[in-house]
Amino acid sequence: MDFGLNEEQQMLQDTVARLVRGEYSFEKRLAYSETEAGFSVDFWKQLSELGLTSVPFSEELGGFGGGGVEVQSVMTELGRGLCLEPYLQSVVFGGGLISQAGNDSQKDVWLSGIASGELRAAVALQEPQSFYDLNDVQTHAEKKDGGFVLNGRKAVVIGGHCADLIVVSARTSGGTRDTNGISLFVLKPDTAGIERRVYPTIDGSKGCDITLNNVHVGADALLGEEGSASEVIDYQAGRAIAALCAEAVGVMEVANELTLDYLKQRKQFGVPIGKFQVLQHRMVDMMSELEQARSMAILAASVADEEQSDERRRALSAAKNVIGRSGQFISEQGIQSHGGIGMTWEYNFAHYAKRLIMINHQLGDDDFHLERYAFLLQAS
Amino acid sequence: MNINYTPEELAFRDDVRAFLDQALPADISAKVKGFRHLTKEDHQRWQQILCKQGWYATHWPEEYGGVKWTPVQKHIWDEESCQYGVPRSVPFGVNMVAPVIIKFGNEKQKQTYLPRILSGEDWWCQGYSEPGAGSDLASLKARAVREGDHYIVNGQKTWTTLGQHANMIFCLVRTNTEVKAQEGISFLLIDMNTPGITVRPIITLDGEHEVNEVFFQDVKVPVENRVGEEDKGWTYAKFLLTYERTGLAGIGLSKAALSHLKQLASRCIKNGRPLIEDTSFSQRIARVEIDLTAATISNLRIIAAVEGGGMPGAESSMLKVKGTEIRQAINDLARRAIGPYAIPFAEEELNLDYEGEFLSDENAAPLSAQYFNNRKLSIFGGSNEIQKNIVSKMILGL
Ligand SMILES: Cc1cc2nc3c(=O)[nH]c(=O)nc-3n(C[C@H](O)[C@H](O)[C@H](O)COP(=O)(O)OP(=O)(O)OC[C@H]3O[C@@H](n4cnc5c(N)ncnc54)[C@H](O)[C@@H]3O)c2cc1C
Repeated sequence: MDFGLNEEQQMLQDTVARLVRGEYSFEKRLAYSETEAGFSVDFWKQLSELGLTSVPFSEELGGFGGGGVEVQSVMTELGRGLCLEPYLQSVVFGGGLISQAGNDSQKDVWLSGIASGELRAAVALQEPQSFYDLNDVQTHAEKKDGGFVLNGRKAVVIGGHCADLIVVSARTSGGTRDTNGISLFVLKPDTAGIERRVYPTIDGSKGCDITLNNVHVGADALLGEEGSASEVIDYQAGRAIAALCAEAVGVMEVANELTLDYLKQRKQFGVPIGKFQVLQHRMVDMMSELEQARSMAILAASVADEEQSDERRRALSAAKNVIGRSGQFISEQGIQSHGGIGMTWEYNFAHYAKRLIMINHQLGDDDFHLERYAFLLQAS
Repeated sequence: MNINYTPEELAFRDDVRAFLDQALPADISAKVKGFRHLTKEDHQRWQQILCKQGWYATHWPEEYGGVKWTPVQKHIWDEESCQYGVPRSVPFGVNMVAPVIIKFGNEKQKQTYLPRILSGEDWWCQGYSEPGAGSDLASLKARAVREGDHYIVNGQKTWTTLGQHANMIFCLVRTNTEVKAQEGISFLLIDMNTPGITVRPIITLDGEHEVNEVFFQDVKVPVENRVGEEDKGWTYAKFLLTYERTGLAGIGLSKAALSHLKQLASRCIKNGRPLIEDTSFSQRIARVEIDLTAATISNLRIIAAVEGGGMPGAESSMLKVKGTEIRQAINDLARRAIGPYAIPFAEEELNLDYEGEFLSDENAAPLSAQYFNNRKLSIFGGSNEIQKNIVSKMILGL
């Protein structure tokens, strides 16, 4: 058994690490967050120039042919830098949906653009009522004039404010929460009838809600087979979950490093506060949580590209549950260990803490995945 | 044993309700209930109304304009006012410095400051903490050197809550460096408009401007602004902290937050049904409600002991820890209840005049920010770790 990265994977991770360390100071990150895009367009360019936006795509598509572990390497380092670029949204999730469900011409046009970094995708699968259930879809698409007309509302589309392509789920048949009857469409955001309400997110990035008001699209906007997108979504959400877990591990690593440094450096009562046993034990708990999270991120990465099965689903839900809980623990206990300083905008820790809590709100929180795990347990 | 309110207490509660029904401005209550921002003017307007009713200075003796409420009455007021959405009183003047002035100040200080606290003319803030002196408050370094009938103050205070609105600050300063840390501290009342004082905002993780740094450079403070004796300030500081800690458990606020959470969970949807019907979520709510019930009774036990003439001791430290944990747990659930909508921060929705469509529930926009902001509850007013140290020393003898 070998938990290490091979030479190529290590090189990949080192490349991203070097780039992030060189280009993504905390001060710059705050400034990027304030821009209209909400991230650094220049950094995105650098990612693509180094071929990083093509990591998960097959070699025929000009990609690197990477799998879960390669994505994990990239995401962990982006997490360490608290990077705001829509790598998860565009490359992993949006690109994943298109590469699994798209036909040759769709792949040719869109995927090569995503892989080269020229196009950025976002995914719009949630709705106001759907909570975290991606099968809970009310938005509907009616056949008309050889194409479709879409109506509905999509919720919390991170990166959707500046995406070139938005992958949207809509019902072509079935009831609100049926597995069957969901279809995927690729929309251009400037299509008539699409309205975006853009907002910052609490963790420093940007997103939008999207209203679809009689949006006419051609048949070529349909991604994959009509009515059977649920499986594709489930599978690709799993890959995105694995990527999020990896990101979370990067965030937690830095959060713990910062906290440990602070315990050694901050003096009260004439000693470094790290001399107080209650803080020592807490720090040990934080490190143990990180170890558990790291293990689960490895598990998630290793099943990410396997064929879909209940076992894969269980592993991914287990991973997301652990990541959610450990992330919250490290976030809260880290702030507490810092005292007032941990609550301030100017000090980076708070931003790591916020990202960790928000990762729990992406693609299902720890409660959601606990339930899903329990359900799969009963089903097996 | 009888754990119910007496008929007199129930009658008092009716009075409180009648007053709030009639006197609490709807716009202010809407802001409080919707977690919107309150302006200085909002606070002052409400203070005037309370003062007119004679219900503002609940910790003061009647002779200075206080109201003689029993601890139970204070508790009833706390609970009711939280339910009604009364602005949290800014405690630094009325509940912190005033009791110190009343107990340790001279006649002139009482006559100068107390009426101005009642009238709202002075807005006070608390200058205890320093960058190097947090939990270890006695290590504070801000220096006051006597020059004739003035002190010259140099140093820095930090975390001064709402200091941006204040015109007065009460400070702990070092007047003697030759003695043990606790013995060389004095308690000064300082006009924030004195030359040499600079206030710099500290923005918290939720983007809020609630705390500040205050710098003192050769600030001239008249000796008559010292409360009590020189170098004896630590005694007064500790007296004030007993006032600060009562109420930090925030039981009333937790109750209000819990009823908000339940309303929220009845409106948020999961699997096509109200979230409150979801077994695991409703169990989470049930658990925190049960914990809150226990804390409420604990609180009442402390109150009853005080009413019987006892002093709240280690129990109030335990209650502070439990109470803040409960409030944080409620905030955590409220954020969870809105699912993915915890991520957006649609600040425009925090504006009371906002007329657009709400992203999700109309009270959802501030929930994540509030969750993060309330991490402070276990840090300030003596962190929860420090409270536990107190308990282990005071009653466990460890
Ligand atoms: C939002 C906010 C508002 C505030 N408002 C005011 C105000 O208006 N006026 C004012 O004067 N102050 C104010 N404070 C300051 C507050 O009282 C301090 O933050 C608090 O005393 C903790 O000090 P610190 O932040 O320096 O943390 P530190 O003392 O550095 O503590 C860091 C960590 O170490 C732990 N620790 C420290 N010593 C021990 C020990 N002996 N044993 C075990 N653990 C220990 C703490 O519990 C904490 O977890 C405010 C703070 C905040 C966050």
